[in-house]
Amino acid sequence: MAEKYIARSTAIAARMLGGEMMVMSAADSTFFTLNEVATVIWQAADGRTPLSEIVAGKICHEFEVEAERAQHGAERFVDELSQHGILLVSDRPFDSPPFAETP
Amino acid sequence: MTLMAEMNQRALDLGVPLSVHLDLTYRCNERCVHCYLDHDDHGEMTTAEIFGLLDQLADAGVFFLSLSGGEVFLRRDFFPIVEHARKLLFNVKVKTNATMIHEREASRLRQLGIEQVQISVYSHRAEVHDAITKLPGSLDRTVRAIRFLKSQGLKVSISNVLMGGNFADQSGVIGLAKELGVAYTLDPTITPKIDGDTSILALRIASSELKEIFQNEELVGDVAEFCAPPPPPGEDVMNGFPCSAGHTSCYISPYGDVFPCVQFPLPSGNVRRQKFLEIWHQSPQLKEVRSIRARDLPTCSTCSHVGTCTRCPGLAYMEGNMRGPSTADCEKSFQRTGIPSANMLKKARSGSASPLIQIQGLANQEQILTASQQATQLTA
Ligand SMILES: C[S@@+](CC[C@H](N)C(=O)[O-])C[C@H]1O[C@@H](n2cnc3c(N)ncnc32)[C@H](O)[C@@H]1O
Ligand code: SF4
Ligand code: SF4
Repeated sequence: MAEKYIARSTAIAARMLGGEMMVMSAADSTFFTLNEVATVIWQAADGRTPLSEIVAGKICHEFEVEAERAQHGAERFVDELSQHGILLVSDRPFDSPPFAETP
Repeated sequence: MTLMAEMNQRALDLGVPLSVHLDLTYRCNERCVHCYLDHDDHGEMTTAEIFGLLDQLADAGVFFLSLSGGEVFLRRDFFPIVEHARKLLFNVKVKTNATMIHEREASRLRQLGIEQVQISVYSHRAEVHDAITKLPGSLDRTVRAIRFLKSQGLKVSISNVLMGGNFADQSGVIGLAKELGVAYTLDPTITPKIDGDTSILALRIASSELKEIFQNEELVGDVAEFCAPPPPPGEDVMNGFPCSAGHTSCYISPYGDVFPCVQFPLPSGNVRRQKFLEIWHQSPQLKEVRSIRARDLPTCSTCSHVGTCTRCPGLAYMEGNMRGPSTADCEKSFQRTGIPSANMLKKARSGSASPLIQIQGLANQEQILTASQQATQLTA
């Protein structure tokens, strides 16, 4: 399967609150909270690290999740956030990613 | 519970200041007849001070940031400030009269990914709007700016503060908002000046006009439900507190003074002398505000409206007691339901002033003691 690269959009607002990340899309004002696992993926979305590497390095390792399940969950999460313009997805690394600083 | 309500509750439990209203300047290019501010510069925070403050607010967990004034566009560093705020990923709202927004400013705001621009409009007729702002041509400029912002795809909301002089144009402003494709909110309550001066309260709408607002289906939805007598208050109501001021939100002036709310001028600290979080957690004033529950309010706890009233503790404070009733909110509760408040009944019993005379005083727009700030914000 083709590799995915993910970058945080600049058109969002985000803040940690009690261990969860609140995220609001400026485009459509949808409001999300990301659980611990999703927060880790989001924070690692630097536009350069392949999603599979984020999953293997950060998720499976830190949360003791089995690789295939973790990858599947991560892809669903990335799809949903990209639909709301919160994550940008590409099959190539972003050149100079317009991603936002990690809050 | 909605997700947002859940987050609010969590912020409350954790003592996190989720929202901050920051005024960048009190200077302004308009001179609105009802404005609660003076427009001098008494030593505004510098760009570097504001950047440092924003860093502290982000660390403190602030998510919603309202930038207002005065007129924010009079600060030459306004865009660098917004840029810094957006780098820190705040959800930024800007309150402005919009007269200084042209295509370039609109497109810059769009690029910076701000959430909403709230713009004051008092009438759809230039002669009425401009007579309030005291700036000839201001309605034209404001409406043109709204079109620029809309063409950039930004969310815009018109704020309409109602006074005797523009009450009749309220539906005209709704019409204008519809034509421009923007949201509309109205505020029926003129509040005292931030320095306590109550002279501008004479501009308030009459009681009969307040009642008309509450009976307007377009504004309140189901009138019977909105104006229904209050249900008997339960334990949860008596253990509740009135609003987010000091609990999950606060106000910071251009000089770094911290208050529970823009209309609750209880000095609670200054960010030029102390760290923001130290003020938020340690200030005796904020701690006192946070300690007050409905059951601690001597008059309001005996009032049938206590569970549904929009009682503003800031207005009560400006009347002399943050645990007291807010006369303007008594008036709203009364005009909404026809049921007199405990405060009115008490005054009638004491014979100091007949409640009806007091109500007529409000109607005559002369003997007004205070106003409610915590606007019953109605959205059409
Ligand atoms: C102080 S202004 C600052 C932002 C900008 N200059 C503007 O006029 O929109 C914010 C809002 O407060 C409202 N306002 C000013 N004085 C008021 C008062 N005494 N009572 C109620 N609202 C007031 C204005 O009409 C405006 O909608
Ligand atoms: S434009 Fe806003 S800040 Fe300026 S005078 Fe009017 S209400 Fe006050
Ligand atoms: S109506 Fe007046 S007395 Fe009753 S709760 Fe509201 S502010 Fe207090």
